[in-house]
Amino acid sequence: MSEIPEPVFAELWHAQVFALTVHLSEAGRFAWPDWAERFGATLKAHGLARDLDGGDDYFNAWLETLEAILAEDGIADPVEAAQVRLAWEAAYLSTPHGSPVRLAGD
Amino acid sequence: MPHDHHSHDDAHPHALLPSDPALRVKALETILTRKGLIDPAALDEIIDTYENKIGPKNGADVVARAWSDAGFRKALLEDATAVVRDLGYYGRQGEHVVVVENTPETHNMVVCTLCSCYPWSLLGIPPAWYKSDAYRARAVREPRKVLADFGVTLPEGTAVRVWDSTAEMRYLVLPMRPERTEGMPFEQLAALVTRDSMIGTGLAKAPA
Repeated sequence: MSEIPEPVFAELWHAQVFALTVHLSEAGRFAWPDWAERFGATLKAHGLARDLDGGDDYFNAWLETLEAILAEDGIADPVEAAQVRLAWEAAYLSTPHGSPVRLAGD
Repeated sequence: MPHDHHSHDDAHPHALLPSDPALRVKALETILTRKGLIDPAALDEIIDTYENKIGPKNGADVVARAWSDAGFRKALLEDATAVVRDLGYYGRQGEHVVVVENTPETHNMVVCTLCSCYPWSLLGIPPAWYKSDAYRARAVREPRKVLADFGVTLPEGTAVRVWDSTAEMRYLVLPMRPERTEGMPFEQLAALVTRDSMIGTGLAKAPA
């Protein structure tokens, strides 16, 4: 069953949110066992509605957990995060295809 | 009313919009970078490490050494954390590694019922099925059926033991050395060690 090589990360954002979390833990923001406990609780909550397949839904739970921890710690306020997300969306929508996408002001 | 419709030429005038979660990750990265809390180069290094440098090859190296060297095998089973650290397979979260040995009497299988704790330094990032609810629930409840789904049928007299990995304690299975491999060069031995055989959902490959 392991003969077909699978990509390590199916999507770029899976890799990015993974690396972000590992980096923050290594920088001392949270201990990994505490992270695993919080993440496990999110997975459990999501899994009540349906069986999670370990792909996108797994990393959606991962991202939700990280957003919650950073919001609680006052590091990334949810309102600010939503504004920056919209700014990125606007940047993508206003950047011609093929050009690098940059956030205004950065 | 053709004026009400976008022409096909206008369908993708701008850069392709990433998915909602991808944009949320970018937003977190932006906020944390602005605050000086993360180093984007360190993020790239972590991704590169897990995509290109760390994988089941590390674990296969450890297993083939244990098959070839009785002293190494003994040390590995007694204190795997120290042994794999000496080989450079150091867990970034400082976790302990425990190696459990398959024998004709006992087959070992690893799961993480909480989330997806896994010996990253030895096996890389877990496959999707390891992270799925189905595997996490069924591995404990009906391990023999799960093994059958993976194409593994054990002799009736072999007991199955399931180990629940945690963030602090991550298990690696030492599969049984296949028959007809006496005197085989180390690299060929290591090539018989599959990722699944070290999770316990597979066996080492038979020599060709």
